[in-house]
Amino acid sequence: MELKEQFIVPQRYKTISRILMAIGIVTVIALYITHGAKSDPKEQARFWGSLLLNSVYFLLLVNAALFFICATTLSWGGWQMSFRRVSEAIATCVPVIGIICGVILLAIVFGGNHEIYHWSDAEKVKTDAKILFKAGFLNKGFFTFWTIFTIASWSLLEWKLRKLSKSLDNKPLENVEEGKKYIWKNTVWSGIYVVVFALTVMSVTPWLWLMSIDAHWFSTMYSWYTFGSTFVAGIALITVFVVFLKNNNYLELVNQEHLHDLGKFIFAFSIFWAYLWFDQFMLIWYSNIPEETTYFKPRSSGIYSGIFWLMLIINFVGPILILMSRGAKRNYATITFVSISLLFGHWLNFFQMVFPGPSPDQVPVMLYDLGVGLGFAGLIMLITGKSLSKAPLLAKNHPFIKESIIHHT
Amino acid sequence: MAVKKFVTGSFEEESVLFPAVKQVRKNGYKIHDIFTPFPIHGLDKAMGLRDTSLHVAGFIYGITGTATALGFITWALTYDWPINFGGKPFFSLAAWIPITFELTVLFSSVGMVWTFCWLCQLAPFVKKDHFNLRSTDDLFVMALECTEKTNETETISFLQGLGAKDVQVQYKETKWWWGRYDKDKKIFEPKSEIAY
Repeated sequence: MELKEQFIVPQRYKTISRILMAIGIVTVIALYITHGAKSDPKEQARFWGSLLLNSVYFLLLVNAALFFICATTLSWGGWQMSFRRVSEAIATCVPVIGIICGVILLAIVFGGNHEIYHWSDAEKVKTDAKILFKAGFLNKGFFTFWTIFTIASWSLLEWKLRKLSKSLDNKPLENVEEGKKYIWKNTVWSGIYVVVFALTVMSVTPWLWLMSIDAHWFSTMYSWYTFGSTFVAGIALITVFVVFLKNNNYLELVNQEHLHDLGKFIFAFSIFWAYLWFDQFMLIWYSNIPEETTYFKPRSSGIYSGIFWLMLIINFVGPILILMSRGAKRNYATITFVSISLLFGHWLNFFQMVFPGPSPDQVPVMLYDLGVGLGFAGLIMLITGKSLSKAPLLAKNHPFIKESIIHHT
Repeated sequence: MAVKKFVTGSFEEESVLFPAVKQVRKNGYKIHDIFTPFPIHGLDKAMGLRDTSLHVAGFIYGITGTATALGFITWALTYDWPINFGGKPFFSLAAWIPITFELTVLFSSVGMVWTFCWLCQLAPFVKKDHFNLRSTDDLFVMALECTEKTNETETISFLQGLGAKDVQVQYKETKWWWGRYDKDKKIFEPKSEIAY
């Protein structure tokens, strides 16, 4: 069988990604004119909130693809090898979106607008006992350090893992010993990434980037919840790209068996996410302590309740009912539908995580945020397409490749 | 009681068994079943067995569990004996989700185990008949059912030609255990082609 190893970016794909990016840029400018340029800090916060929501969501989304590579490498999985290059290509977005996200975050913290991050206002903190108590952790210095550490370490490890993977393309492994060494090297770097991941996405980073929007409130589940959300969406993104490449007659070695396993991932982690959501919600609901319930008041029963319950339906009820049967997971149409709805649903989840803080009195017009989000989607399309076309679509010299070819569930 | 005639052959290797299954199906013999000491990946597909419906049963049991839990708690805590827990509303769904979840899991798992036992006719003290006892240890035993059209000697030599050891003709009669041989099991899809 002749394999189409080289991906050529179709013209239509390029055009669409450019149009989406243009929409994003136009929306950012429009949002700046209508809100960002106003002197009212609440209006400015509307502008920055939108940028924060989208940059953090899409950064964590592409980073989930990197986590997927490392998790499957550490578990010595072989089934994902036939489309590993797709997740690698998505992961190459990490440095670019990371820089955008870092700039936005630091601009919010140092920009003098304290509507989003109340704790960045030194004057207010002096009289606020609760934030003062957290000041050892929640301060500008640590925020800056941790943001730079997070983005730099992700980018660095992304680069390293990609280099490791590409190093085999023109240089097949000579013997079993070399293969073992190669796998071991991959395992070590993936292990380092997972440790970094535990320190960043799994714990500190969401506390700083998202949870500190409601600086008085805290939840120990928060980072896990964020991780669950972005991991489901990340797998959905990989699935969408795999289906796209299959539709364009690439990735001949990927078949329904691989799609089935991706579907299992989506199904399982949707339930995982819902489980974390419910844990966080129920404990707070049950104990009914005012300083905890302030978080859920605008969300579950206030003005954000429509979005709140809608995203629960999209992210939990939808996948569990649609993807339950074996046939649905192996069907390209249903899995694509669920993936795209999940990408939107988890974006909606981030919307209700971010905006009740800076905009408690009214739900912002979501069209602006959707426009900015489409801009980021276009950016991901552009970078991923470029990275896909730069390396062969199949890591054909990887020791586990045969396992992926004969894989069936 | 109906007596049925079978030709059985034993295989030692998977690599012999799979081509044999293919040939047997191609030549139109009726496979009664293949008995193996452990699940063999892909054998069900090679035999042309249809997918199990066990998970559909599991789903139905699960839904039953959900309905039972929600129905009972709602009836008990809102109608029959409403109690005020810390000022919470009588109908407080969030508190009931854990119980509902547990009952869903319990119903579906226990129900599926029972259904599985019923489908395989397994129960305590029910004796199972064996074509060859070594199928529980180290042999793969294929049983072909003889119909009125089957030529016995031809079948034997055919199986031997495929690499089967210890080819025998066995007569089976339904005894006191649950009906096994007098029922015409339809485990095959009515397909002539081999799946792969």
